[in-house]
Amino acid sequence: MSTAPLLQVQNLRVEFPTRRGTLLALDDISFDIAPGEILGVVGESGAGKSLTGSAIIGLLEPPGRIASGQILLGGQRIDNLPHEQMRAIRGRKIGAIFQDPLTSLNPLYTVGRQLTETIQTHLKVGNEEARQRAIRLLQETGIPAAEHRIDQYPHQFSGGMRQRVVIALALAAEPQLIVADEPTTALDVSIQAQIISLLKRLCKDHGAAVMLVTHDMGVIAETCDRVAVLYAGRVAEIGPVGDVIHHSSHPYTSGLMGSIPAMDEERERLLQIDGSMPRLNAIPRGCAFNPRCPQAHDRCRSDRPELLDAGATRAACWLVQSPQSPKAPA
Amino acid sequence: MNKPLVQVTDLAKTFDVSAPWLNRVVERKPRQFVHAVDGVSFSIQRGKTLALVGESGCGKSTVARLLVGLYQPTRGDVQFDGQPTDAKQNPAAVRTLRRRMQMIFQDPYASLNPRWKVLDIVGEPLREHGLAAGAEALRAKVGELLLQVGLAAADTEKFPHQFSGGQRQRISIARALATQPEFLVCDEPTSALDVSVQAQVLNIMKDLQKAQGLTYLFISHNLAVVRHVSDQVGVMYLGRLVELADKADLFNRPQHPYTRMLLDAIPDIHMSGRARTPVQGEVPNPLNPPTGCAFHPRCPHANLRCAQERPVLTDFKGIQVACHAVQEARI
Repeated sequence: MSTAPLLQVQNLRVEFPTRRGTLLALDDISFDIAPGEILGVVGESGAGKSLTGSAIIGLLEPPGRIASGQILLGGQRIDNLPHEQMRAIRGRKIGAIFQDPLTSLNPLYTVGRQLTETIQTHLKVGNEEARQRAIRLLQETGIPAAEHRIDQYPHQFSGGMRQRVVIALALAAEPQLIVADEPTTALDVSIQAQIISLLKRLCKDHGAAVMLVTHDMGVIAETCDRVAVLYAGRVAEIGPVGDVIHHSSHPYTSGLMGSIPAMDEERERLLQIDGSMPRLNAIPRGCAFNPRCPQAHDRCRSDRPELLDAGATRAACWLVQSPQSPKAPA
Repeated sequence: MNKPLVQVTDLAKTFDVSAPWLNRVVERKPRQFVHAVDGVSFSIQRGKTLALVGESGCGKSTVARLLVGLYQPTRGDVQFDGQPTDAKQNPAAVRTLRRRMQMIFQDPYASLNPRWKVLDIVGEPLREHGLAAGAEALRAKVGELLLQVGLAAADTEKFPHQFSGGQRQRISIARALATQPEFLVCDEPTSALDVSVQAQVLNIMKDLQKAQGLTYLFISHNLAVVRHVSDQVGVMYLGRLVELADKADLFNRPQHPYTRMLLDAIPDIHMSGRARTPVQGEVPNPLNPPTGCAFHPRCPHANLRCAQERPVLTDFKGIQVACHAVQEARI
């Protein structure tokens, strides 16, 4: 990549100390996001995708903590900043969109007050100017009669409209990066498509990079430039979205793709990955995926694979090196 | 054509959501009703799967609950194997009918009693219907059921929290199969599950259907899943069926604008570059549905007639569709 990355996550480890020992929830995660790029982070529940997002915006729930590694935004370390400084970055440089639009808005304040508060916290503008900006943001997100609706409360908005307000809030201070954690999961399919195209268009207009966390491969395929597949707190595969989907090098990625019912072909049975993701206290030795992997061999059970170059993508899989290249079982 | 196993005629359910009596008197508020299901008719052939799709609030789960008797219909009736299922008319006969139909719920965390062992959860319908004589027979039967869904017989002694989401949904399926039903109502059985686990559960459901000749009513909002499991598909919008067709017809030549919109809205995983037309607007408030065709405020083909006259489900080239524009050959 020619430009310097906007966000760099390097060897990030997040752990949760518990009475029965320390659980490693994120294990050595590294990736970059270039300015204006949309990176998808995909995985099943418990893979650590949301946790990665919270670690970046500095909102890890205690007792979770960053054990090692670093997060850099525009070359500056942000993982060890004091609370106050992180607050100034959050909103100003990194915007956040969460899954449930109802709980991310304060029900007691009007939408306008929440927007102007965010704007005035981060930018030096007067009351009237802030209000005008807020109205403009609402208009941009496609809320009809914005100058009227700005004085309404969140409960007067429908689910899709609320998510538009949340997007407006995230964009309010013109951040360089937006962390969107399952922004469409709580919405109906017809609304989902609207919100995704809106998010994509606005981020392009505002030049913001996006880290899009989702479990929906369809959303990833349509929206992202690159995608990182997480499994059991580790990056299984990362690369350009087309290559990961069509020429995946990691058996987990191909299994995941095969288990999604397709719209354009009929299959009698879906490809299934037997078993389920290991619990954090019982992650197997070697490759975390080896007990479920149809192509696992001895080395997978003893040595943990690093991310290796595999054509266009990078995959954490020993098969990438060996002659029999993994292919999705027919 | 054979006689259908399930025959639903003009089924309707209205919920009273009025304010309390005192508020109505003091604030002069009228009574308010939600027509959750409003005149739905369909039939399911033995051994087949009918899928109902629609967005939240369209009444698909209410249909499921009406079918298994968790709600009493306001209007219309449900016939199972040629017999009425109205419990008021003949309670004893309906009780035996109920044994032949079971339900699988959406949330495998909420639908299993956390304080019961799997033995009690799966064994309850057996006990209730007197299908197992003695504790040993019950245990053996439950173990057998668990094996059918890919769990171990030894799991009978565990509690629900010891299982993952997919395994819990298997327990739900085992419980539903306990009375050897012919008809299973599945209300979003995989929406709470991850895709790889969803594939496991869908495969089990298909295998069981083949092995035992089960008939399914499959409720889902995921059209890709529906395409995978169903034989026939009904699309619901605000309590009514807007389109009902064989799977191949519905996916290859959808008629109703709402169906087309839903199909368009699915994110395309293979990035074929298909142009998508994002739909405008949202589902209207069911308390105050639009006049005429409920979809007309969002429909690109709506005209004056659509706003005034409610279209009925009529046959159009083998597809049942409720749309004036389709009938008038405007689209």
